[in-house]
Amino acid sequence: MITVQHVSKHYGHHTALDDVTFHVKKGEILAFLGPNGAGKTTTMRILTCFIPQSEGMASVAGFDCLDQPMEVKRHLGYLPETPPLYPELTVDEYLTFVGRLKRLTPRRVASRKSDVIDQVGLGSVHHRVIGHLSKGYRQRVGLAQALIHDPPVLILDEPTVGLDPKQIIEIRGLIKSLAGSQTIILSTHILPEAMAICDRVVIIHQGRIVAEDAPDRLSSRLRQSEKMSLTVKQPLPNWLERLRTLPGVLDVLPTATPNTCTIDCQLGQDLREKLSQFVVSQGYGLLELKSLSLSLEEVFLQLTHQEENAGLGEPNHIDPIGQSSEQPPT
Amino acid sequence: MTPFRTILAKELRCFFVSPIFYVVGAVFLFISGLIAHLMTVNAGQQAVRLLQIQNTYAQLNLNELVFRSLFYSLDFVLMFLLPILTMRLFAEERKLHTFELLLTSPIGINELISAKYVSVLLIYLGLLSLTSLTPLLLSFYSSFHWNPILTGYVALALQGGLFLACGVLASATTENQVVAAFLSFGMILLIWLLGGLGSLAGDTTIGNVLSYLSFSEHYDRLVRGLLEVKDIVYYLSGIVLMLFIAHRVVDSHRWT
Repeated sequence: MITVQHVSKHYGHHTALDDVTFHVKKGEILAFLGPNGAGKTTTMRILTCFIPQSEGMASVAGFDCLDQPMEVKRHLGYLPETPPLYPELTVDEYLTFVGRLKRLTPRRVASRKSDVIDQVGLGSVHHRVIGHLSKGYRQRVGLAQALIHDPPVLILDEPTVGLDPKQIIEIRGLIKSLAGSQTIILSTHILPEAMAICDRVVIIHQGRIVAEDAPDRLSSRLRQSEKMSLTVKQPLPNWLERLRTLPGVLDVLPTATPNTCTIDCQLGQDLREKLSQFVVSQGYGLLELKSLSLSLEEVFLQLTHQEENAGLGEPNHIDPIGQSSEQPPT
Repeated sequence: MTPFRTILAKELRCFFVSPIFYVVGAVFLFISGLIAHLMTVNAGQQAVRLLQIQNTYAQLNLNELVFRSLFYSLDFVLMFLLPILTMRLFAEERKLHTFELLLTSPIGINELISAKYVSVLLIYLGLLSLTSLTPLLLSFYSSFHWNPILTGYVALALQGGLFLACGVLASATTENQVVAAFLSFGMILLIWLLGGLGSLAGDTTIGNVLSYLSFSEHYDRLVRGLLEVKDIVYYLSGIVLMLFIAHRVVDSHRWT
């Protein structure tokens, strides 16, 4: 549905995007993750035909962004970082205006308008002037604007920024409910958000893609060892050393919490059963034993850190995108 | 409904809910009414003086005494007021980030610029038509030639059209409305002063070119009642040029 191939964007000597390639399948939700200034918005603007790329090819719904911008624009809904709203118009007037801008017939505008007002929960404020609405409602109006012409592709630039937790959950629920019928790209720098909504995550840093995979696979791929957390009731003085001698255990580290330690085990081995038997047999009093997975935050920091160490121009050793298993020929 | 009409309707709607429109409209109508009043009173006093000196009712030339002065004064008023009317057109869109919405919708930049220009032109022509009360009222009490008044209104419409096109261009260059207003005021002033430079250069090629580029001589001829094709061509080509540059400016935002 969305294809981006070797796209670069230069501003003078500054390179905002450097050879970015990714694909999004129909009905998929893709998260763009990256620190501020990583190139998320630039990529989205290229896809929405707001700015042209310097090199490479981008297409949306089968239409090329440079050659057929009008067709691309018809097929996508875009919510920029700041919702594009006219404060002096009412929600109704605004949605009518946008609907007609998107070339809907007056009758279609009327029916779509009531649909999206229900969909994003604007029923109680649809006759109010946008300037008087709270930030949460404005964000929803922005989302309604992107949905009004029922586009097959949605591009949302930080859709939940500045909302309160309840609103964030609502907007995320809404986005999730659109999956399947709509292909969605959203950008965020909130990692749990990507975890919560998306099928796939693209991590972008300094204009380059540093990783691309499903959120959970991304964290498991980056693990160099299986990590476990162990909490006991009454440890003996040398319990850490004794644990370290067990086969398969690489290292045992105490944590800030008393009577708790983190155990590094060899990759691919589940030592939970052996560990629990050992702890019980030694009479430490087993309270908790769980396997730890890398949080997306850690993944992200690790990736961006490694990227910086690797230096520019070197091939990506974390995720050779070209060999990624997810390369649908859209 | 075409995108042109959609944007036009929205622009007009935004004008009617914005205080700027009412302030500009009120100031314009008040000042034009006041000037017309002063000119008429002045003409009346001259009539009284002529009566005292010659002891006869002189046929006053109202076209010259009232209307020509009125048209020249309104020209100045427009120089100051129209940049305020146009300053928000693009500057505000960029400030509100709605520029992104417009440029990611399936509409052309041509449609966008022409709709915005036509909206502000309609607003201006609406205001201008209200000033026709002056000749209509005076026609009850005196007689004068209508032709120079009609060409005078053509002159005001074209002059305003040119100023508004300058304003559209200025507004497209910045997201600060005050900067946009000053920029278009500066552009109008510059075009006006070209005439002064032209007369300094005298009857040389450069002098003639500069004088032609300034709107002074074209406006002058129209206000005097001379409706010539070359003057209308001057205004229309000026408007098209300004809007064309505005098109390039809007388009160039995508490349920077």
